[in-house]
Amino acid sequence: MLKYLFSRLLTFLPTFFGVTLIAFSFIRLLPGDPIIVMAGERGVSPERYAELVKQFGFDRPLITQYGDYLWGVVHGNLGQSFVTKKPVWDEFFALFPATLELSLCAMIFAVALGLPAGVIAAVNRGKFFDRALMSTALVGYSMPIFWWALLLIIVVSGWLGLTPVSGRMSLMFYFDTPTGFMLIDSLLSGQKGAFWSAVHHLILPTIVLGTIPLAVIARQTRSAMLEVLSEDYIRTARAKGLAPARVNGVHALRNALIPVITVIGLSVGTLLAGAILTETIFSWPGIGKWMVDSIFRRDYPVVQGGLLLIAVMVMIVNLTVDVLYGYINPKIRKR
Amino acid sequence: MNFKRTLTAALLLSAMGVSAAAAKTLVYCSEGSPEGFDPALYTSGTTFDASEHTVFDKLVLFKTGTTEVIPGLAESWEASADGLEYTFHLRKGVKFHSNDMFTPSRDFNADDVIFSFDRQRLDSNPYHTVSGGTWEYFNGMSMPDLIKDIVKVDDYTVKFVLSRPEAPMISDLAMAFASIQSAEYADAMLAAGTPEMLNQAPIGTGPYIFVAYQKDAVIRYKANPDYWRGKAAIDDLVFAITPDASVREQKLKAGECHVIPYPNPADIAALKADPAVKMMEQEGLNVGYLAYNTKVAPFDNAKVRKALNMAIDKKAIIDVVFQGSGAVAKNPIPPTMWSYNNAIVDDPYDPEASKAMLEAEGVKDLSMKIWAMPVQRPYNPNARRMAELMQADFAKVGVKVEIVSYEWGEYLERSKALDRDGAVLLGWTGDNGDPDNFLAVLLGCDSVGGSNRAQWCNKEFNDLIQKAKVVSDIGERTKLYEEAQVVFKREAPWATIAHSVVFMAMSPKVENYIVHPLGGHIFYGVDIAE
Repeated sequence: MLKYLFSRLLTFLPTFFGVTLIAFSFIRLLPGDPIIVMAGERGVSPERYAELVKQFGFDRPLITQYGDYLWGVVHGNLGQSFVTKKPVWDEFFALFPATLELSLCAMIFAVALGLPAGVIAAVNRGKFFDRALMSTALVGYSMPIFWWALLLIIVVSGWLGLTPVSGRMSLMFYFDTPTGFMLIDSLLSGQKGAFWSAVHHLILPTIVLGTIPLAVIARQTRSAMLEVLSEDYIRTARAKGLAPARVNGVHALRNALIPVITVIGLSVGTLLAGAILTETIFSWPGIGKWMVDSIFRRDYPVVQGGLLLIAVMVMIVNLTVDVLYGYINPKIRKR
Repeated sequence: MNFKRTLTAALLLSAMGVSAAAAKTLVYCSEGSPEGFDPALYTSGTTFDASEHTVFDKLVLFKTGTTEVIPGLAESWEASADGLEYTFHLRKGVKFHSNDMFTPSRDFNADDVIFSFDRQRLDSNPYHTVSGGTWEYFNGMSMPDLIKDIVKVDDYTVKFVLSRPEAPMISDLAMAFASIQSAEYADAMLAAGTPEMLNQAPIGTGPYIFVAYQKDAVIRYKANPDYWRGKAAIDDLVFAITPDASVREQKLKAGECHVIPYPNPADIAALKADPAVKMMEQEGLNVGYLAYNTKVAPFDNAKVRKALNMAIDKKAIIDVVFQGSGAVAKNPIPPTMWSYNNAIVDDPYDPEASKAMLEAEGVKDLSMKIWAMPVQRPYNPNARRMAELMQADFAKVGVKVEIVSYEWGEYLERSKALDRDGAVLLGWTGDNGDPDNFLAVLLGCDSVGGSNRAQWCNKEFNDLIQKAKVVSDIGERTKLYEEAQVVFKREAPWATIAHSVVFMAMSPKVENYIVHPLGGHIFYGVDIAE
C-alpha cells in the first residue's frame, strides 16, 4: 500500500509544475492590462504607467517573472494581491475554510441522499420510484444554480421564514474564528444558539451546492447497481436465500461503489465551480467569489496562487479517491 | 454564599440586558468587500464607504447630501492672494481612536496632516511603499505636481504650498485620499514591524471605531464616544457584505438589514410600492455619453454631430436601459453639481430634422461604428443594449451602425487613439464635486489622446475652463462654467445620454439617511427608531 501511495505521490510533481505554468500563462493570455483595468475610466499617465510597470515587475522578461513566481512557490511565497496588498496565502486561508465547510456539507448531503436514491431506483427498475427519482435527478442536474438559489431564498427564507437569507452566522453573535469552520468555532465560542445559527445558515447553500452532485451520484449509483445486479454472484446470493437488503446493500453496493467514488472525486471540481455562484448569492465568504473577482481585476498573484492552491486541493482529493479504490478493491492496490 | 452569587449574576444579567436594549445597531448590507481600510491606497467607493466615511476625517468635508465643502479637521483656511498658498487652522482637542495595539498619547495635530500627505508624495517616507502603495487617487488628481511643499507653521497650523493656482484644491482635500491618519500610530506600527496595520486595523478620528473585519463577510464598527461632532446615534454599525442585489432585497424584507444600496432596476417599482420599505433616490454625480471622434470626418463637423444627436431617442434609452433609474442628460455635468446650466435647451429628438441636416451637410450613406463598453457602470448599466437602440435610431436617418466591443482594459486604451474609428460609449463619475473634474478632465485640450475621448480641443471652451481653474471666487467660476456649457452644447462633441439615479432602499425605521451625490454611503447622523 505504501509503495502504491508513493507512486501516486510521484505523479504529483509534474502535475504541480504543469499547474504553475498554466496558472501563470492563463491570466497573462487574457486580454487586458492589470494597470489599465485598475485605473479604470480615470486612466493613467504614461509616466505613471511606466512607474507601475516597474513596481509590479512587468518590465522583466516573462521567463524571469515565471522563474520568480516558481521560486516563490517553492519557498511558500505566493506573492501579494495587487488589489488588497495582502499576501495571497493569508487571503486564501482566511477564505478557504468557508468553501471547504460548505463543500463538505454539500457532499455529505449529496452522498447521503444520492446513494440511497440510486440504490432504490435500481432495485425498483422501471417502476414508479425509479422514474420519479430519476426525473427529479434530471431536473436537479439541469437547474441553473442562481435560479435554484433565488427560488429557495424567496420561498424558504422569504415566504416561510424558515432559514436566514444569506451569510454564515447571525450578526447577533460575535466571536473569534480560530479554525475558520463556523460549525466548530460556534461550538468553541460557547455562545448559546451560535451553533444552531451556523447550521441554519448552512441549510440553503448546502442544498443548492449539493443538488447537482446529488443528481449525478444518484444516476451513477443506479446504473452501476443495475450492472452489478445482473451479475451471476448476485443471482447466487439471492438463490442462497440471503435477505434482499443484504444482497443489495452489501454484495451489490460495494462493487457498484467504484464508479460512484470516481464520480464523487470528480464532483469536487464541480463543487468548486458551483461554489462561485453559490457563494456570491449566499454572501458566503469563500474562495469562489474571490477567484472570480481577481480574474476580472487581473490580479495576477491571486489568480496564480489561488489556482495553484485549488489544483493542489483537487489533487489531494483525487489521491484520496485513488487510495479509497485500493481500500475497496484490493485488486487495484496489488496491481 | 449561593444566594449572593445568584443575586450578583442576576444584577449583572439585568445590567447587560438594559445596555443591550439601549444599544442601537444598524445593519447595512453592502454590495462588496473593501479592498483594505486605508482610503489613500484605493479608488473604489465600496472601500471608501468602509473607511473614509466611517473611520476617518479630512481637513475639509463634503456636507452630506451636497458637494459643498465644509470645515472638517481644519476649522478654517485661507488662500494667499496669488492662490499659491493655502493655510489651514486645525481643530484642537480631536482624539484619535485606540485599539489593542495602540493608545494615542496626544490629540490630532499638524504632524498627522503632514504624515498623511508625505507618505503619498515623498519616496523617502518609510510608508511610501508600504502595502504596495500606488496612491492612485493622489497621483490621478495631479497632487505630486501640484503640491510643492507642506509646512508646519505651528502645532495647529499647516500651509500647503502649490506650484500653480488651482481653485479645485479645497474640494480635492475633501476626497478619500486626503483622509487624516495618525502619525503616532504609524510610528508605533513601524517600530513594531507591522506597518501594514494602517491598512488592516485603521485608526482615525472619524465617527466610528473599527472593531473587526471578517473577510468578505462582516465589518463591525462602534460609535466613537469622543467624536468632535458629537457621538453618532447608532452605537454599533455592521456592514453585512451581500454582493447579490436580489439577496440584498430579500434580506431587507426579512429584517436582516436596515439599509441596502443598488437595488435591481427591475425591482425598483415593486420596492417603491412596498409599505415595509422606504426608498430614497437622487441623481448621481455622473454622466454617460457617446463621444464622437472629432478629429475624423465627417464627425469633425459640428453640424453632423448635432444632427446625429437629434436622431437619438434618449427617452427610450432611459426607459429600456435604465428601466427608469436614470435621467436624460443635456449637459456634460450632472444637475446636482454647482454651475449646472439649466437654461440650456437639449437637442430635440427629431429624426426628420436630423436627416435634413445630414443631407444639407452632404452626408450620404454614412457608416459608423459605435463602441459598446463590456462592463456595467452606474452611468451605463447596459452599453450593448444602448448601442443597439442607437443603431436603430441612426438607421432611421440613413446612418448604418456597426457595434464593436473589446475587453475593458483594451477598450479604455484603444478608445484613446486619435485616429479611432467610431464613437465611444463611456461615462464619468465625479470625484470631488468640482466642475473642473468633469469639464477639464473629459473635454479639455490637455486631455486629448487621453480621457478626452472626443479628441475635442476647442479654444473658446478651453480658455473658459482654464480661467475657471485659477479663479478662487465661486460666483465668477460658476459664470465661466455656465458659459463653457453653452459652447459645449453648440459644438456637440458628445451626445450626452444620461445621469443615473441612485436608489437606496431601507427599513422605515431608519431616520435621517441622506443620499450623498458623491456616491458614498454615510451613516453619521443616521438614527434608527426604537
